Amino acid sequence: MSNGVLFAYFVTALCFILALKGLSSPKYARYGNLIGAFGAALAVVVTLTLHGLGHRLPIIIAIVVGTLIAVPAARLVKMTEIPQMVAMFNGVGGAAAALVSLNEYVKQHAVDSGGVAAAVVFSGIVGSVSFTGSLVTFAKLQGIMTGRPIVLPAARVVTPVVALASLGLGIAGIALTSVPLVVVCAVLALLLGVLFVLPVGGADVPVVISLLNAFTGLTVAASGYVLQNTLLIVAGTLVGASGTLLTQLMAQAMGRPLTGILFGAFAGPTTAG
Amino acid sequence: MNNIELLTVFMLAVFVGFEVISKVSTILHTPLMSGANAIHGIILVGAILITGVASTGVELGLGLAAVVLATANMVGGFVVTDRMLEMFKGRRPGRDAGQAGMKEGAR
Repeated sequence: MSNGVLFAYFVTALCFILALKGLSSPKYARYGNLIGAFGAALAVVVTLTLHGLGHRLPIIIAIVVGTLIAVPAARLVKMTEIPQMVAMFNGVGGAAAALVSLNEYVKQHAVDSGGVAAAVVFSGIVGSVSFTGSLVTFAKLQGIMTGRPIVLPAARVVTPVVALASLGLGIAGIALTSVPLVVVCAVLALLLGVLFVLPVGGADVPVVISLLNAFTGLTVAASGYVLQNTLLIVAGTLVGASGTLLTQLMAQAMGRPLTGILFGAFAGPTTAG
Repeated sequence: MNNIELLTVFMLAVFVGFEVISKVSTILHTPLMSGANAIHGIILVGAILITGVASTGVELGLGLAAVVLATANMVGGFVVTDRMLEMFKGRRPGRDAGQAGMKEGAR
């Protein structure tokens, strides 16, 4: 990549830091959001004009399609339904990040660095959890399913087993440089995302959306490592770190410990829901 | 870049991420979450790069799917955050929501 492109990515990273800074003060919140949007647009335009980029037309069409889906959805949604809209956008972002990593893995097949393979598995698992987890939070808030905590009969056993199986398959996939194993690992993680969010009560769901948001950030950072792209690493890590802190702050503001929100339903009757 | 340099970038970004939002006020929790959500839509850049070098139909299909999803994340995220912050303006004391809404419309 040329120095010009790398400089544009640097400016974008700077915009994102300023955006988060702005968004945390009531006075500058709106400017913060605009600065972030500017930075993102800059990075996308610069990437699209890269010399030697293939399939330019299909990519632009795909961007137009994505925009045509997202803008009306974001503009027309009722104010009270905005949280689930955010959850949905977060979920598709997680799915996109997982797809990018897996795609790169399929392409390189035998990735020569163990670190890159580990990042692929990480983003496959965490991105998938974020995707289906966000879909479940959407369903809960939208009233498609009950907002009360759902504890499946054997959830206490099944959830850890699925988590360990997904992780194990991922590690085996790295060791054997096997694409199918990594794909199965990601598919199991889709199930894990559902199991993870089901026991959370309706009132606690926004906190979980924030946590899944941080997850997606880390997924993006891992994808950035796979692609050796500093902008993705910086942006993803910023969101991962600030999202984690924000999740704790939100839990504090509600006066409930984070562990109580995530696993409270297993401990017995819950106050939320 | 080698791994140590990337690790350095990662570490610095973690601390910056913590620092910049550490003083957020409670009413801004949801817009901040939404804004951060839009920021990780930057995975669109990764999706474009990977689709740009796709050599098989499967790679192209997966790449384009990622582009659509990432665009929805990014564009939708920024738009919905702006809408939330617009709503905040209307809530300020001494100015009712209708007036603020009209002001927004006139811009």
